[in-house]
Amino acid sequence: MSNWITKTAAELVDALAAGETTSVELTQAHLDRIAAVDGDATAGVHAFLHVDAEGALAQAAESDARRAAGETRHLLDGIPIAVKDVLATQGLPTTCGSKILEGWIPPYDATVVRKVKAAGLPILGKTNMDEFAMGSSTEHSAYGPTRNPWDQTRIPGGSGGGSAAAVAAFEAPLALGTDTGGSIRQPGAVTGTVGVKPTYGGVSRYGLVALANSLDQVGPVTRTVLDSALLHELIGGHDPLDSTSVNQPVGAFVEAARQGAAGDLAGLKVGVIKELAGDGWQPGVMTRFAETVELLTKLGAEVTEIACPSFVHAMAAYYLILPAECSSNLAKFDAMRYGLRVVPEGDPSAETVMRATRDAGFGDEVKRRIMIGTYALSSGYYEAYYGQAQKVRTLISRDFAAAFEQVDVLVSPTSPTTAFPLGEKLDDPLAMYLQDLATIPANLAGVPGISVPAGLADEDGLPVGFQVLAPALADDRLYRVGAAVEAALSATWGGILLNQAPALEGGSK
Amino acid sequence: MTTVTKLVDFDEVIEKFDPALGLEIHVELNTNTKMFCGCPAVFGGEPNTQVCPTCLGLPGAMPVVNGKAVESAIRIGLALNCEIAEWCRFARKNYFYPDMPKNFQTSQYDEPIAFEGFIDVDVEGETFRIDIERAHMEEDTGKSLHVGGSDGRIHGADYSLVDYNRAGIPLIEIVTKPIMGTGDKAPAVAKAYVSAIRDLIVALGVSDARMDQGSIRADVNLSLAPKGAGGLGTRSETKNVNSLRSVERAVRYEMARHAGILLDGGSVLQETRHFHENDGSTSSGREKSDAEDYRYFPEPDLVPVAPSREWVEELRLTLPENPAERRVRLQGAWGFADLEMRDAVAAGAIELIEETVAQGTAPQSARKWWVADLLRRANDAGVELAAVGVTPTQVAAVQALVDAKTINDKLARQVFDGLIAGEGTPAEIIEKRGLAMVSDDGPLLAAIDEALAAQPAIAEKIRGGNLAAAGAIIGAVMKATRGQADAGRVRELILEKLA
Repeated sequence: MSNWITKTAAELVDALAAGETTSVELTQAHLDRIAAVDGDATAGVHAFLHVDAEGALAQAAESDARRAAGETRHLLDGIPIAVKDVLATQGLPTTCGSKILEGWIPPYDATVVRKVKAAGLPILGKTNMDEFAMGSSTEHSAYGPTRNPWDQTRIPGGSGGGSAAAVAAFEAPLALGTDTGGSIRQPGAVTGTVGVKPTYGGVSRYGLVALANSLDQVGPVTRTVLDSALLHELIGGHDPLDSTSVNQPVGAFVEAARQGAAGDLAGLKVGVIKELAGDGWQPGVMTRFAETVELLTKLGAEVTEIACPSFVHAMAAYYLILPAECSSNLAKFDAMRYGLRVVPEGDPSAETVMRATRDAGFGDEVKRRIMIGTYALSSGYYEAYYGQAQKVRTLISRDFAAAFEQVDVLVSPTSPTTAFPLGEKLDDPLAMYLQDLATIPANLAGVPGISVPAGLADEDGLPVGFQVLAPALADDRLYRVGAAVEAALSATWGGILLNQAPALEGGSK
Repeated sequence: MTTVTKLVDFDEVIEKFDPALGLEIHVELNTNTKMFCGCPAVFGGEPNTQVCPTCLGLPGAMPVVNGKAVESAIRIGLALNCEIAEWCRFARKNYFYPDMPKNFQTSQYDEPIAFEGFIDVDVEGETFRIDIERAHMEEDTGKSLHVGGSDGRIHGADYSLVDYNRAGIPLIEIVTKPIMGTGDKAPAVAKAYVSAIRDLIVALGVSDARMDQGSIRADVNLSLAPKGAGGLGTRSETKNVNSLRSVERAVRYEMARHAGILLDGGSVLQETRHFHENDGSTSSGREKSDAEDYRYFPEPDLVPVAPSREWVEELRLTLPENPAERRVRLQGAWGFADLEMRDAVAAGAIELIEETVAQGTAPQSARKWWVADLLRRANDAGVELAAVGVTPTQVAAVQALVDAKTINDKLARQVFDGLIAGEGTPAEIIEKRGLAMVSDDGPLLAAIDEALAAQPAIAEKIRGGNLAAAGAIIGAVMKATRGQADAGRVRELILEKLA
């Protein structure tokens, strides 16, 4: 097994530049790793739904040819990447983890995919996810769950469990995820990887199959903060195809990460969110969180406790707004133009075909949310549910605004628990929803957030995530604080947290 | 339809009921591109050739608002004396429709771009002010084609095909407030309103304004309330009426039908109805109750539209002359009698006359050709006057030939026949058909002699000073020359001869 797979993307960038390796070699190494450890729906990590070895190697060869001619397109040119299966990829299947899109091959690329391809990053394949990004465990994928590389009896988080697990299992140095209520950060926390939800509108959503349009955001999943900064700078920026994308220059995230890694946070004001800790939170998570806050103080930050009283209503508001939007988004899946078509016995009509297809094509969680959303938007209930939820959303934005008048960043644990066992919460949707308690407020307010590894919980030896939130468009602060935490902790661990992950069957690291 | 529809005589309807109208007009804008994507927004085209991920509603695709469509919407709103919203949003109207790609329509709901306006329409000298509730932006749907079966309808079809070329074309929907107090003029007011809106749209240049191609379509709401009782009855909504005449007929039919139901003690079903051109009737579409739930909510993929006041005022300066005021001006300039002007308006001939006059034709001559001769041909062919096959330039050319006495009015009609048949320019048609008038006096004198000899009694009368009797001889000469004589010259020659 090649040792290229354990390198960070930044290290691989240097290795390519120094001529120590080639993109083809890197890509092949990761494809070999996928072949060795990914397995399938029944065993293995199962991070990928579709691997495009041929396409990735062709892209890698082109990258090598460019490099030989001295024409690299981007710093990350030649570094392979995995893409969450909710992003449209021209010529590659895009299923959103759903049976209803089985076999659909989009005729176009999502803007982030187009940017990644244009920069010369070979796309290894599409990663597993909860169906239409609904879930916190990747168990709602119609194609079987992804397993946490730290403990394959456990969930990898969700909905982007595939992207996080691919990075944690050394199957890909970089991945793209999407975060609607925490689907990048929570999987990052429970797999010991770094996940960033950029400012809403900071990265184009064009080609992202919408879960809830007003909450969704594409972001990086990587092994280090610097790698996320590199990828974020590449995918960020205004897109004329997405009118909600912010028309401002992309921030200097890489520079912020490098500054943060130098370890000086003098003068930084940090607020600990009072509402996102305490009863019901796993002790091991709270211990690592407290230590990390202590670390910030040592690095020169001023830490205070900040109250965000409306956050207690965030979950309720989120589970009205999200289903409302997704009930509308999913109406287009009518069995007529693409994806699955189930034709019932007898003399089928358009209506019976549609009903049979949706019945077979959508999973329980999707059906549940369509029902809730349809109800929440219906006349007579709109004001009581959707209208109220929007008001809560405004209050949460005000809480953030008030907090950011006092502090530069807010912090909390990313997830209340470490990775729980597969199947444990599958029959208890509310318990599953609680996983996103700490991540949801950022989506409702459109502010950016990062999850960085904070160590392993004492009781189960599983990764704990530390969340940093910043004001909208101040994503650079995430990289500064995240990199400082990472540098200090890595120094005590003798390397990144992932190096402590157990070896996987079928391949040593 | 198996149920017998009882229709009440119009006079009886008016005697017993007060009609209330409500009109919703959809205007397809003539922007280069669609409402939310860069696909061409032109009429026709091979099916599904003007489509992209966005207008096909493919998973992940996103809309972006067409700024030109917003501009057209604002200009329409201003022309309708509306307020223009300082800030408005698009909303999703969630419902299922087989040729709607996303199964929701991106429209405007409680935040339209234009609201609270009015337009005055004239019916037989009486002015009715129609209050406009709103004008909002939305996108068109695709078009279904039902294959197999006899009548192109979905029932009996073997399968259906969908053409998405039209999906996403920008629409403006103009909605009136209930129009009350029109009494027996309700059908005429409805027609005059749609006509006024069409004139306005033409003057603004924001749409092709072709009712026959569906670029302007009207939904006609009608309800009846017992005479003098006030309030509104249950309404029916006749969809997609696509000519001015049909608007009038649809109102008339629905009034008769509602009255039939109400006088039998029944209640009118709130439903959409289809209009049938062949007999002017309507038939049931789908039931539509107030409980129909579109589950509107703000479209999260689009940022709000917030036209600056400066821009709105700039656009106000681009408004054309008000069509009604323009009509008063043109009537004065042309010297038309009220009835002549009204006929010209009703014929949709104002622009055509104007263009013809602009090329040197006397207004009365232009009016005569368009409103009398060419209108009849258009009606016979079942097309709008503008589509009759003769252009203002050609009318002006034909009239110039009449003025030069190359042809007379009767021959001119044959030239128009030739123009419609595509036989070439007026000069070519005259040449080909041998229509030029006999300008040499010789053949005319010979014909006169012949006619006088054939009718000695009449010749005697003329000689006796009864000049009116010359008409019979002129007629005979015209017949002999197959209409190709200048009647005035023939008259002169007769009088010279017999003086």
